[in-house]
Amino acid sequence: MTVRIFVPKDAAALALGAERVAKTLAGEIEARGIDATIVRNGSRGLHWLEPMIEVEMPQGRIAYGPVKASDVASLLDAGLATGGNHPLCLGKTEELPFLKSQTRLTFARCGIVDPLSLSDYRAHDGLKGLERAVTLAPADIVAHVTESGLRGRGGAGFPTGIKWKTVLDTPGARKYIVCNADEGDSGTFADRMIMEGDPFVLIEGMAIAGIATGATKGFVYIRSEYPHAIATMTQAVEIAHRTGVLGASVLGSAHAFDIEIRTGAGAYVCGEETALLNSLEGKRGIVRAKPPLPAHKGLFDCPTVINNVISLASVPIILDKGPIYYKDFGMGRSRGTIPIQIAGNVRHRGLYEAAFGLTLGEIVDDIGGGTASGRPVKAVQVGGPLGAYFPRALFDTPFDYEAFAAKDGLIGHAGIVVFDDTADMLKQARFAMEFCAVESCGKCTPCRIGSTRGVEVADKIAQGIEQEKNRELLTDLCNTMKFGSLCALGGFTPYPVISAMTHFPDDFSPVPMVEAAE
Amino acid sequence: MNLHLSSRDIDVRTLDIVSEMKSLEGPLLPILHEIQAEFGYVPQEALPIIARELNLSRAEVHGVVTFYHDYRDHPAGRHVLKLCRAEACQSMGGDQLAERVKSLLGIDFHQTTLDGAVTLEPVYCLGLCSAAPAAMLDGEVHGRLDADAVDGLVAEVRA
Repeated sequence: MTVRIFVPKDAAALALGAERVAKTLAGEIEARGIDATIVRNGSRGLHWLEPMIEVEMPQGRIAYGPVKASDVASLLDAGLATGGNHPLCLGKTEELPFLKSQTRLTFARCGIVDPLSLSDYRAHDGLKGLERAVTLAPADIVAHVTESGLRGRGGAGFPTGIKWKTVLDTPGARKYIVCNADEGDSGTFADRMIMEGDPFVLIEGMAIAGIATGATKGFVYIRSEYPHAIATMTQAVEIAHRTGVLGASVLGSAHAFDIEIRTGAGAYVCGEETALLNSLEGKRGIVRAKPPLPAHKGLFDCPTVINNVISLASVPIILDKGPIYYKDFGMGRSRGTIPIQIAGNVRHRGLYEAAFGLTLGEIVDDIGGGTASGRPVKAVQVGGPLGAYFPRALFDTPFDYEAFAAKDGLIGHAGIVVFDDTADMLKQARFAMEFCAVESCGKCTPCRIGSTRGVEVADKIAQGIEQEKNRELLTDLCNTMKFGSLCALGGFTPYPVISAMTHFPDDFSPVPMVEAAE
Repeated sequence: MNLHLSSRDIDVRTLDIVSEMKSLEGPLLPILHEIQAEFGYVPQEALPIIARELNLSRAEVHGVVTFYHDYRDHPAGRHVLKLCRAEACQSMGGDQLAERVKSLLGIDFHQTTLDGAVTLEPVYCLGLCSAAPAAMLDGEVHGRLDADAVDGLVAEVRA
């Protein structure tokens, strides 16, 4: 029987040489006359082991990694095609502690299936949610999502069911489902991974959203920095059209739903939902004032559901297994699972899906295994460039929307970036302001001007100029930005700045280096 | 990418592209992407044609083109090297690597080497934060970069 060997095509694996591994492997298989076929899967999320290749054996998949193209010959010599032993052999994939301790609901298929095989998708419980949705009344679908407790995974944490109900209850000749795939936060890559590794789950989630709210058209707005995700999603949508998953009759039902893939143009602020809608309409990505809510007047002034990729990709399993199944995971008002993206200076880098409730310390020390550099952890930024820096003293904070808010932070899109003790938090605070200045859409003065002033004030502190006065000024500026900006860019840039000042005060009273006399 | 275009060529191709795509909902960004793919940048000459065909003012089209980081108003070098400057890459020494690349190429971000070989651009996150520091060279991704790896990338674009 032909043995299947999996070589990921996920961008992170490609960045680490997976393409060369696949090519070398294909050449060697042919030259040696081995009865094997290569499947280009998504990533399992163990990125420190990428490129991680797997061989399908009767007892399960055997993993090898990190594999370089130059390792391929020796792997085959050691009997790769029969799961043979080799220094790079990691054992059974399912038994790897990083994977085994996860609760994979949204990412259940990612890294397992061939991303562009609809039959593979079906064989792994795909389309069951949509099949159930077409038998339900729209209000019942919405009730399922509401009851599951699913909240927007883009960062704001707004209950998805309530958003859908608003669109369902708003009359409109035309309604839209917009998927926000403008995943611009540093430290996040869950959207990219699902689009590259299991694109049909997003398509299925969007189709369910369409049926639930009466929308017949969906857009996926993907950032241009993600060419691999764009290519995979485009092909997946074509396949879904061809096979009747999308189109005039979704799975043979009376519901019509179509999806179009759109590419962003390099503006971080377009990850903000109203700026994204403007961008889709062909305008500058300027933030809109709310109200009106997008659910009432969104894309082209029509009622619009705008959800993050992971929110939509979590819907199929809720419909398939029922809202209670999903809701039973998690803590407090944060229900279900969250794909935590562990990044930066940390040993075990990758994606870890788990129920809400793990503490930050468990994530960084136990799962992440501490820093990659081996030095002590100094700070962890949670939630992207607008998220707060957490010191070790706050490592007991559980991963939960409310718990993080109570510590003046946010979980955002659940990306965490670890820094070792060489990090200069004043420099990080300055960067937060600099980034805001580069990416501000310009609508709100505190964000547009304040960010530039923030960089200047941080520079003065670094130069030792009236440090106390300038620290007060920076705090004051942050307050102005926080309360005087329409969206999260200006409103949340103060989070990394203030948290850095609060938790790492020593870095904000640097003794400037004496410059040599000219 | 043709760098020696007459304004008539630009007019004709722009009109083709706009005619083909203007039936899309919200067609302006897809049109601009296609124009940049065709010419390597968004030529000034294209703007009045787009404006006329989409019934927009020229100022509106100009506003959109200049808002987005992706659209160029002049051609890039033969290679485009994008270095990630965001936090995850910073935590793994991205800033030092950026300085190294800048000094090897003798240019700063947003600049092109005098021989036209390479344009250096900052990018704020390639979604390769678990493989930091990361870069993209002509659309191909590279992760876990170190000094040797960036020297290799620089040698590649210089070749």
